[in-house]
Amino acid sequence: MTKITFIDSFGEARAVDGEDGATVMEIAIRNAIPEISAECGGGCACATCHVYVDEAWVEKTGKASDQEEDMLDFAYKVQPNSRLCCQIKVTPELDGLIVSTPDRQG
Amino acid sequence: MSECIKTDAVIVGAGPIGLFTVFELGLLDIKCHLIDILPKPGGQCAELYPEKPIYDIPGHPMVTGQGLVDKLLEQIEPFRPTFHYGEMVDSLEVLGGPEATSFRVRTSGGEVIESKVVFIAAGGGSFQPKKPPIDGIDEYEGKSVFYSVRKMENFRDKNVVIVGGGDSALDWVLNLQPIVKRLTLVHRRDDFRAAPHSVTAMRELVAAGHIDLRIGQISALGGADGELSSVVVKAQDGSLEKIACEKLMPFFGLTMKLGPIADWGLNLHENLIPVDTERFETNIPGIFAIGDINTYKGKLKLILCGFHEGALAAQRAHRYVYPEKKLTFQYTTSSTNLQKKLGVN
Repeated sequence: MTKITFIDSFGEARAVDGEDGATVMEIAIRNAIPEISAECGGGCACATCHVYVDEAWVEKTGKASDQEEDMLDFAYKVQPNSRLCCQIKVTPELDGLIVSTPDRQG
Repeated sequence: MSECIKTDAVIVGAGPIGLFTVFELGLLDIKCHLIDILPKPGGQCAELYPEKPIYDIPGHPMVTGQGLVDKLLEQIEPFRPTFHYGEMVDSLEVLGGPEATSFRVRTSGGEVIESKVVFIAAGGGSFQPKKPPIDGIDEYEGKSVFYSVRKMENFRDKNVVIVGGGDSALDWVLNLQPIVKRLTLVHRRDDFRAAPHSVTAMRELVAAGHIDLRIGQISALGGADGELSSVVVKAQDGSLEKIACEKLMPFFGLTMKLGPIADWGLNLHENLIPVDTERFETNIPGIFAIGDINTYKGKLKLILCGFHEGALAAQRAHRYVYPEKKLTFQYTTSSTNLQKKLGVN
């Protein structure tokens, strides 16, 4: 199990166990993490699972693909550490991952 | 307002489930009008993932979203449904009682349709433009902030800011540039996902000094009484720039909202419509809810489940549309009657 911490826009942190192979978005939905809506269900087609990856984890989670970058155009308050969490696969290397959510997914 | 249309069934939503229900209703001689807010059929399949493969449609090991929509349109062709695109159902009035159901539907396009049954196949709700969460944007909407262009004349000789990097944003940059006073395109990065020829045309306008391009995001609006006078663009490095602007057009794609369905007197549970699993009927007799918009014990939001729901709901609808006729169950493989309707016999 890989521990993932979601910090909401009010600063509240929620640590949950994620199973390897799932996406960070799926872990969030399964654990009813607020501020992630994931309208399209993981198809990289809606930009409503936008998160900011904690700076310490940016390298490990990797860069957004071109398609993900295109979708991030639909998100708000996009930062260099912005990702769509349906595109981040949970792996043992991500144990301890911290992401925060924007105040609105649109 | 146009004259009242009379039909057997109104289907709200032309996604895969709405389309296939035309087939099931058609076999029972029930005529349909479909209403969809998108300018085309297919709902989420066509709007969100036209190119994405779907692997769980029975009989299709793989089909794309658009591929499925095209096949469904071909399948329902014999029944010649009437489509009303780019319109939303604003209101739904119950006219008849449970014994003789009848409804009046009014669309945002001014159509009035009376039908004996209504099928709500609205999926996740109607697609509506996403509104950027900029403080105070609501008060400018309709006067200074627009999510689509209805009259180009509204933009003549104005300072216009367009936000986005897709086809909608760039199409309007190219269309409006000749008539506006000054146009600024704002996008969060220097990459554009719009069609390459539009991007090239836009870059040429920038190079020639005819339009301005700013890489950044809108962080604030300035103005009073709904009349915009400026926007503030925040660049990646955090620097702020104020741009004079009377009209702002943000293009952030579409999102799904339940919309007016909430006001039709239907029972709702967390924005879904509870139905029974025999008839998929709502709390109002004659109104059915099928596909992603309904909920019941064991519900799975799968296209294939929606097809099943449409088939069963159609059986019940037959009793409302043809109360005096007995419905005999028939197969398309063997019934010459059904084959005649399909135009294959």
